[in-house]
Amino acid sequence: MSRLTIKADIDKVLDGIYKDTERKIIGNQPGLCPVDLTLTYLRISHAQSCGKCVPCRVGLGQLANLLEQVLDGKATMRTLDIIKETAQAIVDSADCAIGQEGARLVLKALAGFHDDFVEHIESRHCISRHQFPVPCVALCPANVDVPGYIALISEGRPDDAVALIRKDNPMPAACAYVCEHPCELRCRRQLIDAPLNIRGLKRFAVDNAGDVPNPPCAPATGKKVAIVGGGPSGLTAAYFLTLMGHKTVIYEKRHQLGGMLRYGIPAYRLPREVLDKEIESILSVGIEAHTDVNIGEDITFEKLNAEFDAVYIAIGAQSDRKVGIEGEDAEGVMSAVELLRGIGDGNHPDFTGKKVAIIGGGNVAMDACRTSVRLGAERVYCVYRRRIEDMTALPEEVTGAMEEGVEMKTLYAPVRVEKDEEGRVAGLAIQPQLSGEYDRGGRPRPTKASLPEEVLDVDIVIAAVGQAVDSETFANAGMSVKWGNIVAGKDGSVKEYRKVFSGGDCVSGPATAIKAIAAGKVAAGNIDEFLGFHHPISVDIDIPAPKLKNRTPRGRINITGRDSEERAGDFKDIECGLTCEGASIESDRCLRCDYFGYGVFRGGREKKW
Amino acid sequence: MVNITIDNIPVSVPEGTTILDASRQLGIEIPTLCYLKEINEIGACRICVVEVEGHDTLVPSCNTPVEEGMVIHTSTPRVRTSRRVNLRLILSQHDTNCTHCTRSGNCRLQSLANDYNFLGEHYPRELAVDKEDFKNPLIKIENRCVKCMRCVQICQEMQTVNIWDLIGTGSRTRVGVSGAADIASSLCTYCGQCITHCPVGALQERDDTGKIFSALADPETVVVAQIAPAVRTSWQEYFGIDPDQATAKHMVTALKMMGFDYVFDTDFAADLTVMEEATEFIHRFTHKDQYKWPMFTSCCPGWLRFCKGQYPDMVDNLSTSKSPQQMFGAIIKTYFAEKMNIDPKKIFVVSIMPCLAKKEEHLRPGMDAAETGHDVDVVITTRELVRMLRGERINPALLERTPFDVLIGRGSGAGVVFGASGGVMVAALRTAYHMITGKNPDVDAFQVIAGEGGRKVATINVPGAGDVRVAVVSGLGNVRQIIEDIRSGREHFDFIECMACPGGCTGGGGQPIHDGEELAKVRGDILWNIDKNSNMRFSHENPQIMDLYNNYLDEPMSEKAEELLHVDHHTWAMPGMKK
Repeated sequence: MSRLTIKADIDKVLDGIYKDTERKIIGNQPGLCPVDLTLTYLRISHAQSCGKCVPCRVGLGQLANLLEQVLDGKATMRTLDIIKETAQAIVDSADCAIGQEGARLVLKALAGFHDDFVEHIESRHCISRHQFPVPCVALCPANVDVPGYIALISEGRPDDAVALIRKDNPMPAACAYVCEHPCELRCRRQLIDAPLNIRGLKRFAVDNAGDVPNPPCAPATGKKVAIVGGGPSGLTAAYFLTLMGHKTVIYEKRHQLGGMLRYGIPAYRLPREVLDKEIESILSVGIEAHTDVNIGEDITFEKLNAEFDAVYIAIGAQSDRKVGIEGEDAEGVMSAVELLRGIGDGNHPDFTGKKVAIIGGGNVAMDACRTSVRLGAERVYCVYRRRIEDMTALPEEVTGAMEEGVEMKTLYAPVRVEKDEEGRVAGLAIQPQLSGEYDRGGRPRPTKASLPEEVLDVDIVIAAVGQAVDSETFANAGMSVKWGNIVAGKDGSVKEYRKVFSGGDCVSGPATAIKAIAAGKVAAGNIDEFLGFHHPISVDIDIPAPKLKNRTPRGRINITGRDSEERAGDFKDIECGLTCEGASIESDRCLRCDYFGYGVFRGGREKKW
Repeated sequence: MVNITIDNIPVSVPEGTTILDASRQLGIEIPTLCYLKEINEIGACRICVVEVEGHDTLVPSCNTPVEEGMVIHTSTPRVRTSRRVNLRLILSQHDTNCTHCTRSGNCRLQSLANDYNFLGEHYPRELAVDKEDFKNPLIKIENRCVKCMRCVQICQEMQTVNIWDLIGTGSRTRVGVSGAADIASSLCTYCGQCITHCPVGALQERDDTGKIFSALADPETVVVAQIAPAVRTSWQEYFGIDPDQATAKHMVTALKMMGFDYVFDTDFAADLTVMEEATEFIHRFTHKDQYKWPMFTSCCPGWLRFCKGQYPDMVDNLSTSKSPQQMFGAIIKTYFAEKMNIDPKKIFVVSIMPCLAKKEEHLRPGMDAAETGHDVDVVITTRELVRMLRGERINPALLERTPFDVLIGRGSGAGVVFGASGGVMVAALRTAYHMITGKNPDVDAFQVIAGEGGRKVATINVPGAGDVRVAVVSGLGNVRQIIEDIRSGREHFDFIECMACPGGCTGGGGQPIHDGEELAKVRGDILWNIDKNSNMRFSHENPQIMDLYNNYLDEPMSEKAEELLHVDHHTWAMPGMKK
């Protein structure tokens, strides 16, 4: 008998199964029954039990039995009380995290999906349905026909792919470059290997398409619609309303159209020629656009309301928020919004030799960081109270910034801006933090660490801590405003004015381009109905048949970046799109959920809306 | 053309052909279960899977189009194993108590299971615990449902009523009623098309044969049967007899053998309906501004439920004439009872119908002209009739012909075509033309609306009245489409025949089931042939109809006729809706 032996490795097969399961859970299709899923995950916890303590060994199993009764329609409301009591007792009395966390999951589900539990008991039905045959389409706010355009790309038809996207989203190019691609989140392909590179494929289509003509407009209806704000939401609404035969007029406060796509997103992420071409294409359907017109100053809202048959307010969320620290009035402190807006109109400040600190961890903060690098800054710091993994910016933005030399000062809270005698920024005092307990959203709250304050030697401080809506004009006109955001229904309607609709960032608060586009589409459809019409929007493109030989696991083909040193010196596109070869292989990975599975049964395609 | 090889046989088939169809062209039979051509091609059951060289997985043949150079094997060890496993899995959740199932012997699952020679069970039984509701005309038996989704597709795509849907997710996914607690509280039209397209016995009519046997056993009760036109086209199918050898008169013999006291032909009541409805149409047509247009026929109870459930604002467009079944019930318990000196309370009227919705219609308010409870006491479908014959060991092939009973027994050729799509309109036009012009039209003048098709339209010129724009629609999806066309102003009609079942009553939800076959047309042709060979082809020339008016009703739409033969459609409501 040896005194010690070398431990065996973790079983490789089992380890592989764990990793597969992780992916499969992320690949859960939208619309599943939360009670059923809770039961499934509870069983995982029960299988983890060592079997020593009663609450875990017996309790988790009995919880599973009770949940099964709920699912089988055999439970009463009393069962719910027993489930709650049992789960709480297991949380309170199990010896270790296995039992405690297994039961906590049930408590969370009970609170979060109360209606689902009750429906199972009272009507013996499940509220959940497979309403969403195609996960990527279900998760795209604008309902873009993803499998359709991927199939077209696979057949070498980028022009048709662009035309198909435009049926739901008139800004395929902007989205090809900057969309956060929620479509990839639940892509069924990750059950096999990894989600499809949907944005990469869209970019391939956009980059390789010629001039794709827009569909003809419906006969003129004689109705006039005013669009306040020429950002993605306003442009989208104007595009669809014009196709529907209505006369649309955009009023844009700034000098150029594009909204945050121009005044928020730097050119290295969305090249200006791409944006300009897209806006030109949208306007070409016959939209009238006036820039440098501020509604509320140059034209009153009342006048718009009187002169137009309907109004769509999509003014975005373009004012900045302050950090709220001492010394923020120093010369050299600016907001990311201010910096990026100036650049949008071609005013590039010179940061040569300057040391810059950006405060914030979102995408705008990354834009400010990477823009500062390109403006010649000697050093760029990103000061953030939490950890890198807690940042709300897309991971590729964060790595991109780091590759370009941005220093991540994470777990530091800004305390004050130090000034020199002339009132200019002399440094940024920052306090080390520790990652703390989770907040309600499941992100760890930073807490002050018992370490001394430090001072970053910087000349410029840029705050990227959120944006606000400048909604005063509309609040004064009597519209409801909540925390500065205009209050509008899910259909875009504004309750105080029958003919007024609103959507995009000014309603939701700062969000993504695709959500703004979706809001514009929703508003267009509902304005059309409000005006007494029902113009369907459709496109006549045949979708290629699915291929049958693509189920073998293989690597996802990613978009590559230009060399970091080279790209950090200019404002040109940082990405290299997929090659023809890459796009062909990647598009063939699509599992065609529009056809297989539920798609063939329920119809995986909305041909018109 | 696409060149492929199936089981080592090279073949060229048109592009878009499925592997299943290509195989069938070669005489290679691939088994299917959920597949229903053009209606349900969703690859749910995975019984029809085949092996395609170069593909990792098996593919369903029912919805996979052939590709150039495909090499297909329809029966390999992998295919065989998958088919057997999938069949066993379906059977593990299926109540295999076949002896208690009406579809035994006519069940796709049963025949597949028999063909695959299963010995022993591999899986534990997983039967659902749902309580069945046997009170409704339409019954769903959860433990028999194989989730093939055919009923969902039929109800949504063909009938556009959306009663059935998939409920729940994951392992508990099942077919259930969409948007209502159960069938009884849903807007189901009881068209019964889900039953006739179910591959197994999961969907059924309520069996009412027991009530008939009880009535027959009671010597005090006078049991009277009426036989709908479409029943004579299909009742013999189970016995494998030519329809010429098993006519309505053979059916009279069979019913008399069972003990029915009187057997009548619903064709007579169809003639009566024609008299009333044609008169009503002429009245409306000459008082156009007082009525809503177009006028709809009202003899199909499934269509009435559809109209009341989906387009309640159009109920006044419906003719107020009762259906032939209900007119007959009223006449038997009044005129016939009076003439024969029988207490109407002792009369038990049985309707033999190709229809499920008739089981609901006879219970509606206003269907009690003789104040005996219900003018029609029990409605059975053709399928139930066949089951009665089988139980009574009556083989139609061995029967003599017996004429229908007198007084109200005869129907015209116009009455008999009520059972086929277009028949009501043709019959009504024949008589309306006569009523307006005083002359009979060419009897075959309206045959343009008699043929095939879900929507048939014609403009009929009636001298003295002008052009009458008529339409004949069958299948509720087609009905919805024409109503939408009318409401949007795209189409204009004066008179429309609406039937819930595609092809009319011959394709009715109470008709015998032949999986994968649509027989409405074939059976309809039998009726049109009876009409063609009839020596009486106009309802208004039926002497017994003339007697009925002369001796009892006075004239169409007289006070007495209104009382017995017309109904206020506002006296009842669909579940959850106002009257």
